[in-house]
Amino acid sequence: MLSFITRRTLLAIPVLLGIMVVVFLLMRAIPGDPCTSMLGERATPEACVEFNEANGLNDPVFVQLGIYMKNVLTFNLGESVRFSRPVTQLLIERLPLTTELAMSALFIAVVGGVPLGILAARKHNTAVDSGTMALANIGVSMPVFWLGLMLAYLFAVILKDTPFALPPGGRLSAGVFPVPYYEAWGWNLTEGTFWARLNEYIANHYIFDTFITAQWAIFWDLIRHMILPAIALATIPLAIIARITRSSLLEAMNKDYIRTARAKGAKESRVVTRHALRNSLLPVVTIIGLQMGLLLGGAVLTETVFKLAGVGTALFDAIIGRDYAVVQGFTVVIAAGYVIVNLLVDISYGYLDPRIRVK
Amino acid sequence: MGTKKTVEMLEANLQDANMLTEKPTSQWALTLRRFRGRRSGMIGLGIVTFLIIIAVFAPMISPYSPNEVLIGKEDVGPREKPCVHILGCDPDQPQHILGTDANVRDEFTRIVFGARVSLTLGLFTVTIALIVGTFFGAIAGYVGGWFDNVTMRVMDVILGFPSLLLALVIVSVLGPGLQNALIAIAVVSIPAYARVTRAQVLSIKETDFVAASKALGASGRQIIVRRVLPNALTPLVVLATLGVATAILEAAGLSFLGLGAQPPLAEWGTMLATERNNVFTSPHLVFFPGLMIMITVLGFNLMGDGLRDALDPSLNK
Repeated sequence: MLSFITRRTLLAIPVLLGIMVVVFLLMRAIPGDPCTSMLGERATPEACVEFNEANGLNDPVFVQLGIYMKNVLTFNLGESVRFSRPVTQLLIERLPLTTELAMSALFIAVVGGVPLGILAARKHNTAVDSGTMALANIGVSMPVFWLGLMLAYLFAVILKDTPFALPPGGRLSAGVFPVPYYEAWGWNLTEGTFWARLNEYIANHYIFDTFITAQWAIFWDLIRHMILPAIALATIPLAIIARITRSSLLEAMNKDYIRTARAKGAKESRVVTRHALRNSLLPVVTIIGLQMGLLLGGAVLTETVFKLAGVGTALFDAIIGRDYAVVQGFTVVIAAGYVIVNLLVDISYGYLDPRIRVK
Repeated sequence: MGTKKTVEMLEANLQDANMLTEKPTSQWALTLRRFRGRRSGMIGLGIVTFLIIIAVFAPMISPYSPNEVLIGKEDVGPREKPCVHILGCDPDQPQHILGTDANVRDEFTRIVFGARVSLTLGLFTVTIALIVGTFFGAIAGYVGGWFDNVTMRVMDVILGFPSLLLALVIVSVLGPGLQNALIAIAVVSIPAYARVTRAQVLSIKETDFVAASKALGASGRQIIVRRVLPNALTPLVVLATLGVATAILEAAGLSFLGLGAQPPLAEWGTMLATERNNVFTSPHLVFFPGLMIMITVLGFNLMGDGLRDALDPSLNK
């Protein structure tokens, strides 16, 4: 198992390096010189000379690439022009929201998709099966941003004065701020240290923070705001997971070991849950990893629709505002996260299915 | 055994013999027959055909031209609700079955013309990705060695990005616009075609008929084009059909963010994006473009699934 993990990890490293190189080259491919694109159109020539010197832009490209990689690996992602703050600080503020959104969506997709797939497979070739699969086909074809807007319209306008009303955007109601757990518990953190920033980053996962410090009113407010974006973002992965679960379970039900299980007198429910399902969930695990890409891409659209200040909207603003340090930093971090999640899925797959390890 | 029965048996045998002399069913006829048997595939084909008809005959179907501003020509205001006479709308009011948009243009006309844009961009991006991906995949698979290694590692890196994210970054480098969005989406979808082609080439180049061609002195190019690619076509056709769906969805996403098609072009994603802040007051201007995107994507998805089932009988369960 250890050699399997090592092998997979080593395979991921060239991809991560490749991602850094691609982003680096893309940023160099932008028309115009890096000084005006980093400092803005009105940068003075003196400022540019200083900037070029400070950022090693007079060095050969290979040296620049080396410096850039060293900076990325030490979490030095440069400074945002528009926000005049280090990109790392922006990530501390923005990334937790996107993580919570993606995780909520993934949760909905798994909790909804797996049972739907099982249901369709158990009722194979009935109206329930074809109905579920028709819904799954529609779900796969859903433009996330459209569904988001329609959900917002439905729950914030049509159902306005009913108990089902939900807020159409934002992360929290106006004027509500959660207390970070380190303040609630009276920790003494020295500002600016790595430890303080790490805690700030963790506490910015508001749902997690309000949960562990029992700020229930704020917790429910957060959940109410999260429901619609998470549902919108979850639709496509949910439909895909339902389809994969169905086909994988159907395949497993035809296997010899199912006949054996039935022959030895196991109850049908036990045959399905213990024998078929356990084996058929393996492909589902792989698919879940691949969905992270869809979730991270879809997060840009969902956050725009629901006016959430996450990584997606920050990246989008940076692209529009030509804030290249942010584009570069965020892209590398998101892509690296995607590669790492897929690496973890690979490893868990090897853990769940020993045959994979030997290949 | 009675004579009658013997005659019947002989007749049956004769019929069997007749069948043998009939023309054998070709691969494509078989595929077509299997495809017809798939209800979802046929629904998909129906949707796609319907959209193609709409796109081709757009000027005849729609009552106006897509960028025609109706101020001063008719008694309608901006963002007017849909008005259909047979559904009880006041006959004195001009009929706009999907209402009007913010610039007092007929929404129905723009929706109809939008089909042209979406179908074109879907087919265009997939064609580019298919050509480039197949080219590199075929050579990588056939030649092997360092070229294979380098090409496939580059493809791995492209796949290492969430696709919409990479498309966003590429557009940010090239600058917003429909053309650049198409290039970005094409680039992002190249690896899928390259990988599938390469896998097919790897298995086909070991077959006896390729060895036979080699023995006859065919060049590498001839073998790839005449022997390998036609046999690798099946999965590529399926992938391309499903790819059109993905491309349309991604292009609509980029347009929604304002990085793809630019106003006043009647593109569904852009139409939806420009009205998204008015969704609470004029939901019809958001609803119909989005619905069309969904139907189009659904059509290509269903058709792709049907094709896959028809072309690969081993998957039939």
